[in-house]
Amino acid sequence: MSQACIGRSLKREDAVTLAEQVMAGEVRAVARVITLLENQDPVGTAVLNHLAPTAKRAMVIGITGYPGTGKSTVIDQLITAYRRLGKKVGVLAVDISSPITGGAVLGDRIRMQHHADDPSVYIRSMATRGQQGGLARATREARRVLEAAAYDVILIETVGVGQNEIDIIQVAETVVALVAPGLGDDIQAMKAGLLEVADIVVVNKGDYEGADVAIRDLREWCNPVLRTVAVKGEGIPELIAIIAEHQRVQDLDSPGLNKRTGRFIDRGARGG
Amino acid sequence: MAVATAPLRVLIGKVGLDGHDRGVKLVVRALRDAGVEIIYTGLHQTPEQIVATAIQEDVQAIGLSIHSGAHNSLFPRVLELLKEQGAGDVTLFGGGIIPDGDVPRLKAAGVQMLFRPATPMHDIVDFVKGLRVEH
Repeated sequence: MSQACIGRSLKREDAVTLAEQVMAGEVRAVARVITLLENQDPVGTAVLNHLAPTAKRAMVIGITGYPGTGKSTVIDQLITAYRRLGKKVGVLAVDISSPITGGAVLGDRIRMQHHADDPSVYIRSMATRGQQGGLARATREARRVLEAAAYDVILIETVGVGQNEIDIIQVAETVVALVAPGLGDDIQAMKAGLLEVADIVVVNKGDYEGADVAIRDLREWCNPVLRTVAVKGEGIPELIAIIAEHQRVQDLDSPGLNKRTGRFIDRGARGG
Repeated sequence: MAVATAPLRVLIGKVGLDGHDRGVKLVVRALRDAGVEIIYTGLHQTPEQIVATAIQEDVQAIGLSIHSGAHNSLFPRVLELLKEQGAGDVTLFGGGIIPDGDVPRLKAAGVQMLFRPATPMHDIVDFVKGLRVEH
């Protein structure tokens, strides 16, 4: 790994070097390029243009859901599981920027910190910086950077969402929506939006009161629905299996990177 | 250039066996209100985890809270790892129960600033906001 200091005042000429470092998997370059993209620095865009297309796409999984349902904890468990399979794992964890001051408390990674010094895990916290839709302004570009750096699995955690923040479906091939018991009845389960677009619905905190009812209601309208108790790791192997199956089907339907932008339309046309 | 107006990114965390996080949480909240993006690692971090996190998150500064008495080993270890990993440009500052006699040595080692009990919150905020000028 290069020990050279990457300065903060970067010029367009540095873009080629940075792109090469990203493609060599150098963490400092990956991190700096994501910063440039977050800051809408033209050097960041120049780096993207120098990234060679990757032969094999990463497995990109969006984890979304209502606030406090356990997204970060599920991701922590998924990191452990994918590391056991020998995968290199990247995480983009989005939290909200203050609409008043622009400041942010990015705390998703607290639940994942025991992976912090695993060199095959990269975790990046991103603030929304005014972006609506559940992701940060540069999450899509950051995905490209991680893909170029040869991360096998990319986990994207959205902000804690409501029903209408569904940009994740345009960035991740598989979208997992988390709910917790006690948040609504079968009419909530029928509504359009988050649960409609999710590829997999997970009732986390599945040992809480009301979990059976929530699962029953959701299963009437959403498919598939899994139960997890993420803090104990329960249901995680089943989640890994169903994600793998979904990714396999996605690749059969529309292999490669190019069709992603048409995804929302495709999904709408296919219907429920 | 876009970078000049972008929010500062600062890692705030606690290292070692030290569960006293009331003060550090107040600092996190004050910095949020000052427009800073704070990556908060939570408790019980090792210097290795702190430095790996700082690099992955590309922060301009690390602020560590230490109330355990282990400041004389933890701060220098973080500085050493930052240098080893090519991230010597990251500013390290700290706060907590740090006796008078230890301050000069830690500052000489490269800890930019130490905030001790009874520091007004705006001193910390002003210091962090001042980091923008240096970079």
